[in-house]
Amino acid sequence: MVALTSPDFKRRAARALADPGLQKALKRGGSGFHSKRSTAVAALPEFERLREIGRDIKNHTLANLDHYLEVFERNVVANGGQVHWCRDAAEARATVLGICREADARTVTKGKSMISEEIGINEHLEANGITPVETDLGEYILQLVNEPPSHIIAPAFHLNREDWEQRFRAAHTDLPKDRVFHERRDIMVEARQKLRERFLAADVGITGANFLIAETGSSVIVTNEGNGDLTQTLPRVHIALASIEKVVPTLEDCTSLLRLLARSATGQDFSVYTTFSTGVRRAEDLDGPEAYHVVLIDNGRSNMVGTEFQEMLRCIRCAACMNHCPVYGVTGGHAYGWVYPGPMGSVLTPSLVGVEKSGHLPNASTFCGRCESVCPVKIPLPKMMRHWREREFERHLTPSTIRRGLGVWAWFARRPGWYRAASRLGMGALALLGRGSGRFRSLPLAGGWTRGRDLPAPEPGGTFMARYAATQRRR
Amino acid sequence: MSSRDEILGAIRRGLKRGPLPADQKAMLDGRLATHPRHLIPARSRVSRPEQIALFVKNVEKEFGTVERVPDAASVPAAVSDYLAAQNLEPRFVMAPHPELTALPWPDRPMLRFETRRARADDAVSVQHVWAAVAETGTLLFPSDPSRPTTLNLLPETEIAVVRASAIVGAYEEAWDRLRAERGGAEPSGGFMPRNIMFVTGPSRSADIEQTLELGAHGPRRLHVVLVEDEPAARTTLSEVADPRPLAAREPVARPGEIANPAD
Repeated sequence: MVALTSPDFKRRAARALADPGLQKALKRGGSGFHSKRSTAVAALPEFERLREIGRDIKNHTLANLDHYLEVFERNVVANGGQVHWCRDAAEARATVLGICREADARTVTKGKSMISEEIGINEHLEANGITPVETDLGEYILQLVNEPPSHIIAPAFHLNREDWEQRFRAAHTDLPKDRVFHERRDIMVEARQKLRERFLAADVGITGANFLIAETGSSVIVTNEGNGDLTQTLPRVHIALASIEKVVPTLEDCTSLLRLLARSATGQDFSVYTTFSTGVRRAEDLDGPEAYHVVLIDNGRSNMVGTEFQEMLRCIRCAACMNHCPVYGVTGGHAYGWVYPGPMGSVLTPSLVGVEKSGHLPNASTFCGRCESVCPVKIPLPKMMRHWREREFERHLTPSTIRRGLGVWAWFARRPGWYRAASRLGMGALALLGRGSGRFRSLPLAGGWTRGRDLPAPEPGGTFMARYAATQRRR
Repeated sequence: MSSRDEILGAIRRGLKRGPLPADQKAMLDGRLATHPRHLIPARSRVSRPEQIALFVKNVEKEFGTVERVPDAASVPAAVSDYLAAQNLEPRFVMAPHPELTALPWPDRPMLRFETRRARADDAVSVQHVWAAVAETGTLLFPSDPSRPTTLNLLPETEIAVVRASAIVGAYEEAWDRLRAERGGAEPSGGFMPRNIMFVTGPSRSADIEQTLELGAHGPRRLHVVLVEDEPAARTTLSEVADPRPLAAREPVARPGEIANPAD
């Protein structure tokens, strides 16, 4: 499994804020995602209604998840494929390795897949003498520099053009040293050439799955580059990795969700390649794989069913939440410290690795609510982050200063007379002290707040409650 | 206990029930068998000439190019002229589809082609489009002995031949046609080909600085040759009764309403 550094979130976030290269990359990328999504959404008057439909399709599926998974399995087998059920990452890794060994595989090409990051398949294959080759352009450079993705649909979001050029020169040593990258396009062409050889040589192709379709036993991938299709078409064996919540009942259900996916993700009406794979190469076909395996991975998801986190299983991994998150927008994805960054990661990571190791994530939110407002399947992300904060508190995982502070506040909150008296005193003092500039640059006990910004001083004239009472009296 | 049983058991514990009772299973299987449509955006529910115009507009919006030809016999000339205009050699790999092999290729004796799957060194492919979706300008390629998947992927230039009569409004209409043509009454999804690609524009990536570049791993150019095999395709939009621009007239399906262009 990938290294977990979420307990170190605070330090990593601070480092991210001080990294000028990363800040440049984040500023450039963020606004583009916003405007493209809003343009695409505005062009489809039915978008809001489609979000409700998307939510309902996923809810219906989750309420009958056991049944739809069984139907899916039956239909994969009926079309000549195999399904492998895996409880956890270790079992999934062993299953994939077993299939690769049976195929006598030396190299394996890979389409972009977050679940493959989650189970850490690359390291496992390498350790067993099989070479995995990432073929998505962003994933390819990350593999060269041995970094995890920082975004679920734009894995190299954090890199600048200079980084690409430098890393390609270091990795592609067989090419002329004095070659010039005039434009971004030259970088892409070099990657295209390098990866062509790998596509043709691969024995096994591993992709993820955006959806599984119970009705037909199909796996669906959505890409713009075409690397996923080359990965699942050219080698003898195709392995689709999918977590259990990817299943939907029918082609029509999938189609409705596809109308939401690309618009929410990149602001395209439809991604360039949306491909439905069903079973193995047919008798007379001229191309396509001879074996088709679906590796169905649980890895903690079944435990979310029936809890207050079940709604998270609706997620279709479009990344709109992180694209619109003010926290992700300044820290980038690596600070979150595991596979899934941004708001969806702040809810999913505690579910899958435990809140005791990732409690910072649901706390790293301003609760502005933009993530929920752009979510194509209406996942109440802020509500679920609050659930995690509550669980943290119940399990005494919250730091003692916060617990003591909350204890003091709770004592007053239960005694309205004392509460009003104390706030009248406090607000009055602050208003008096701050009447010059109207703000405090520093304040005892509030260093955590004033280190990053000023605290506005209260307006003179009493607390809200006092003023409200006064107006009531005048009437 | 097998992993399968453990996973299914954990899901059922979460749902606070055992395996579904027979009547509920039957209800869900009924939903699978009838595969109901959901809301279909109204944008493709327009007159036939407008539907074809919408298809063309959307292909071009996604950086594809379109040339209309009056009949199938004009396709070889269109292919030949396109290759010349792009400074490409007059050779290509072609799908062994009867509609393509029957074209009058000898009219253009300079053109050299083979019908087979694509290889890494093929620069140009000529592919047969089974259906096209106006809603987003999407081409559908079900894999088939006469329609190899590699033709959509390996060459830098893909020329896709579409009959206007193969254009439908929404994706759902294409699913209906697939089921009807390939025995969709079977319960196991046996009507699905090994793979069906929905292609919307040429290959691209924005992985380098979130800036769009065409031709990542698949074709850099996607050229559609549209054969006007139905009268509606030859109607220019100015001849359509309502002269307002398409966008101003797109009817909006109201919540709960199934916008079914086939109605």
